[in-house]
Amino acid sequence: MALVLSAPPAMRKLSRGTLWAVVALSLLLSVGFFSLLVLSGASKDFNIVGAILVAVILYIIVTFGMSRFVEGRRKATDRLATALVTSAFIVALLPLVSLVYTAVANGINRFDGDFFNSSMRNVVGAGGGGLHAIVGTLEVTAAATVISVPIGIMTAVYLVEYGKGRLSRAITVLVDVMTGIPSIVAGLFAFALFALFFGPGIRFGIGGAVALSVLMIPVVVRSTEEMLKIVPNELREASLALGVPKWLTVVKVVIPTAIGGIITGVMIAISRIIGETAPLLIICGMSTSMNYDLFSGRMATLPVFVYTQYSNQGTDTQAYLDRAWTGALVLILIVMVLNILARILSKILAPKGSR
Amino acid sequence: MSKRIEVRDLNVFYGNFKAVADVSLTIEPKTVTAFIGPSGCGKSTFLRTLNRMHEVIPGAYVEGEVLIDGENLYAANTDPVEVRRQVGMVFQRPNPFPTMSIRDNVLAGVKLNNNRISKSDADDLVKKSLQGANLWKEVKDRLDKPGSSLSGGQQQRLCIARAIAVSPDVLLMDEPCSALDPISTLAIEDLIDELKSDFTIVIVTHNMQQASRVSDKTAFFNIEGTGMPGRLIEYGDTRTIFERPSVQATEDYISGRFG
Repeated sequence: MALVLSAPPAMRKLSRGTLWAVVALSLLLSVGFFSLLVLSGASKDFNIVGAILVAVILYIIVTFGMSRFVEGRRKATDRLATALVTSAFIVALLPLVSLVYTAVANGINRFDGDFFNSSMRNVVGAGGGGLHAIVGTLEVTAAATVISVPIGIMTAVYLVEYGKGRLSRAITVLVDVMTGIPSIVAGLFAFALFALFFGPGIRFGIGGAVALSVLMIPVVVRSTEEMLKIVPNELREASLALGVPKWLTVVKVVIPTAIGGIITGVMIAISRIIGETAPLLIICGMSTSMNYDLFSGRMATLPVFVYTQYSNQGTDTQAYLDRAWTGALVLILIVMVLNILARILSKILAPKGSR
Repeated sequence: MSKRIEVRDLNVFYGNFKAVADVSLTIEPKTVTAFIGPSGCGKSTFLRTLNRMHEVIPGAYVEGEVLIDGENLYAANTDPVEVRRQVGMVFQRPNPFPTMSIRDNVLAGVKLNNNRISKSDADDLVKKSLQGANLWKEVKDRLDKPGSSLSGGQQQRLCIARAIAVSPDVLLMDEPCSALDPISTLAIEDLIDELKSDFTIVIVTHNMQQASRVSDKTAFFNIEGTGMPGRLIEYGDTRTIFERPSVQATEDYISGRFG
């Protein structure tokens, strides 16, 4: 049987340039269409999300069609899948970019020396700053971390290294339940707890830290547990076979091997709680002046600062809104800096070399 | 340094499952003893009972006696941690500690136990152990590099250096060459021959040529079927076992008729 091959389809290929041209064309068409809508008066503002969405759909259809025609069906399906995955990524990224952009654009107005230098004491209009809230957030979060990390890591060590049977299963279930506790409930718990000792109406920083710990501990336990589980059993056996007691094996072999992942987990937990507002509103309260003492008096924190600035706008509305946005921006920056620090730290501490 | 091991009527269990039954044998000091047998016959399990590593697995326990120079490892007042300091172990897969340098890996037995050691003593110990494991020449210029940067065969010799650095009386090896290439295997076999002058060595192997090359005595384990416990079938001088085995099953296994 004779095989007749006319220019095998696999040989013909769409070039990268062609694909970028399609991207540009789709964007141009879509932007043109939406501009026309604005010009004709059909819509008031230029719809940027709509324009991008239409461009993406246009791109997917056109590349699929072209590829189907030039490269054949298998390649076309591949292009379609690639385009879908890429656009899913873009869609996922859009809110993030938009959020960062909004926070920076609005927050930059008051991102000045004054904001980092002064509190809101005796400020009713413009001016003032968030120093008291920044310090409060750092203190409360640090205290919550100091409470949660040892408890969380030790619980995880118990669950992975020692626990078996009913007790450890019960703890696992309880940790799972704790993960789902609404943050406002954690705040009420801390409030109720401290009201028992100090009477009703108690408000201080350490109470906020306790409330945040309730939220933070399960996250630390869960992530540490996962990290400890992936430490190879061979390392434990190697250490035990050298005549090292079990607790030293855990402290000096298992935890150092997993420390990179544990730090990342703690970081995620901190990021999770640093922006909590509701529990702090209850137990920390709000203050317009500096308060460095965790153990007495109301304490301002950034999330609550943002909330109060936004909800109680004074006569000079814009000044309050600006401060709120700057507070939000500072919060994002703090989380970012902590993340970078954690990455550097876990890089330094992580096991070196590869097998 | 080197001690006699006597095993009396040992039964080994995983929970309700009896993995090894009725093993009695005596291992002389300064000899190499090889355990051979088909997969799942309990030879590794039995090996792990000799330094109480077996009971690390949840639900695992042992009945019977293991005497090292007359002292029962399973006596009520014996601390398993002490036992493991006397009876070292090398595992199937090389397992250097990834967080430690080559030097710290050798010193692991000392450092992990929080024992203090002077810098010069530590240097001597590292040198002696690595020389003992035939690794000194290859790594002496990079002792501060991570242990996991070495090749597989070097890693296994590092693990042997780590095991002999705590100066045990007995060295157990659980298929130490099964993850290695022929050249590294040869290096380890030569090493076993040298270590024999200082330690009592027990080695589990799947490789019958290896058993006949390195060992003075050989123990053949077998299993009657799945779910049945493994048993010690025959134990004697390696030459006798390989040339004139007295049990039919041993001959069948050695000549490659099963397993």
